[in-house]
Amino acid sequence: MIEVKDLHKQYGDIVALDKISLSVGKGELFGLIGPDGAGKTSLMRILMSLLLPNGGKATMSGLDVVADYKKIRLITGYMPGRFSLYPDLTVEENLKFFATVFGTTIEENYYLIKDIYQQIEPFKTRRAGKLSGGMKQKLALSCALIHKPEILILDEPTTGVDAVSRKEFWEMLKRLNNMGITILVSTPYMDEASLCDRIALIQQGSLMSVATPKEMTGSFPEDLWAVRTRKIYDTSKFLEKLPSVISVNSFGQVLHLVTQKGRHTSGSVQKFLSDQGELEISVTPMEATIEDVFILLMNHHNHRQ
Amino acid sequence: MRTLFYILQKEFIQIFRNKSMLPIIFVMPLVQMLVLVFAATNELRQVDLAIVDFDHSVSSREMVAGIKGNPFFKVRQNPENTTDAENLLIGNKIDLALVIPRYFDKDLKTNKHADVQVLVDAVNGNAAQLSLGYLSTVIGSYSASVLNSGVKPVFRPMKTVDIKPTYWFNPELNYKYYMAPGILVVLITVVGMLLGGMNLVREKELGTIEQINVTPLKKWQFIAGKLLPFLVIGLFDLGFGLLVARLAFNIPIRGSLLLLFSLASIYLVLVLSWGLFISTISDTQQQATFVAFFSLIVFIMMSGLFTPVESMPDWAQKLDFINPLYYFVKIMRSVLLKGSNFADIFNEFAALSVFAASLFGLAIFRYRKTS
Repeated sequence: MIEVKDLHKQYGDIVALDKISLSVGKGELFGLIGPDGAGKTSLMRILMSLLLPNGGKATMSGLDVVADYKKIRLITGYMPGRFSLYPDLTVEENLKFFATVFGTTIEENYYLIKDIYQQIEPFKTRRAGKLSGGMKQKLALSCALIHKPEILILDEPTTGVDAVSRKEFWEMLKRLNNMGITILVSTPYMDEASLCDRIALIQQGSLMSVATPKEMTGSFPEDLWAVRTRKIYDTSKFLEKLPSVISVNSFGQVLHLVTQKGRHTSGSVQKFLSDQGELEISVTPMEATIEDVFILLMNHHNHRQ
Repeated sequence: MRTLFYILQKEFIQIFRNKSMLPIIFVMPLVQMLVLVFAATNELRQVDLAIVDFDHSVSSREMVAGIKGNPFFKVRQNPENTTDAENLLIGNKIDLALVIPRYFDKDLKTNKHADVQVLVDAVNGNAAQLSLGYLSTVIGSYSASVLNSGVKPVFRPMKTVDIKPTYWFNPELNYKYYMAPGILVVLITVVGMLLGGMNLVREKELGTIEQINVTPLKKWQFIAGKLLPFLVIGLFDLGFGLLVARLAFNIPIRGSLLLLFSLASIYLVLVLSWGLFISTISDTQQQATFVAFFSLIVFIMMSGLFTPVESMPDWAQKLDFINPLYYFVKIMRSVLLKGSNFADIFNEFAALSVFAASLFGLAIFRYRKTS
């Protein structure tokens, strides 16, 4: 559905996309996961024909994003990272306006947005600028859907939205996905990655890994330990001196310790720490999260450079 | 067509929801007409002067009485010496000092010739010239009366050529007739360039242009949506300003209003396109305002609105060839004061049309959906 081949984009000397290739199948919910500045927005803007690539090729539904941009605009819905509806028009006026410029009506595709729009319909005479973050998001999604696109491209739709609204939003995406809409969504939140069918980890304009969330976490190549301690900082300093250590990262109150495969047991780590005088500590093996994968890949990536 | 209708509807909704818009549309014409027309005058209301009379004679007193009798002159002080008069001038207390030397009376009666000295504060060159001109007229008429009364019968009246001017189209040289049409041009230029131009760049600032750009909306539809509402508002303001000028100053409307409004429409398309073009090359309203403001000042100062184009240097006159304001100020004055018809102003019409078409094309060309 979305085919990207050797796509390259540069702003002066800064490489935003370094010849990336990617394929998203029809009906997939595909996540682009990466920190700010990784190149997520550039990729999406090229796909939406808002930005011209410096090299490579991208097609959506067989249409070239450069040559067939007019047709592409008809079959895609886009939600930019920044709220981009008219703040001085009401909820209903915004929706009606976008329906009209796409040559359709709210009624015609109402079934598609019904679930989402019903939640903001009580406020339909309110100006869009006066809506809460979550409601703005729902309105923007409604506007992006009103012309019944085959592909939906969402640029960090949940950034700056509260936890409850984020959860609701992902439920909505799942429902739309079940209706057959192919969705490409970007997010800096690793916990949202597990909600996608497949994900791509992107860093400094390169794709580090593309797989399903399960494959990605299941194929974690090293040993991972959850270390619980009361002195996060001191313990992490000691652990950095552990032989065969790869990385120590704090995840809230827990330290994630990565060591080379087969070199340690929880007992050996515990012993190392008690030798240092750290006693009230628990070390348990754990399953990797997307974030652990990301950090490991990022370290590899940085080492290679 | 349905799409265009909706775009226009959307633009009008947004314009009238903007709280500062209604005051701009109604208050700006009123202020411009009722304040600026008075402010932009070349007439002097009052000249403050000091008279140093060293002669204290009948003749000097007669001349001073003539000056005092003139409503323009207000004699503030009568200092004893020239230094005091100079200090008054330096201290901004007076605009002008008249020094009548000793033996003024005697010189006048025996030599048939007497000198007086006039010191003028020329910080404002315009006002200096005008006040000196007024004073010369008053003194001139005094010397004429001296000559005519024949202080000494020996004197033969001079032979002079008398000029009896007739000022066509504005017989009383009423500067308001002259300024009001020009100020109206400034009014609709500001409406077009600032309001119209800012509108597009505002969408850039809000980010809404990003969402618009991914719609199948056509370029010309979008540009038309930005242009037409302000064309309507500009024409409305022209009518409103004209009405104010008519009621307040009774300015003549000798030509066809239909012709005037048709040309104003062309002019507004030109100005709006210029504003839109500035918008397309700017990223923020601040940038756009600055560029618009700068070009506005240049256009206004060179348009012949405040100073006659004929008195500008040759190169400046040639530059006015590409100044749209120059043409439209001329059109406004000709149609309103002279009653010029279409044939009379065809050249100006042609120039405006060419500029309007090219700028409109440029604005559409520069507005790109893809970066």
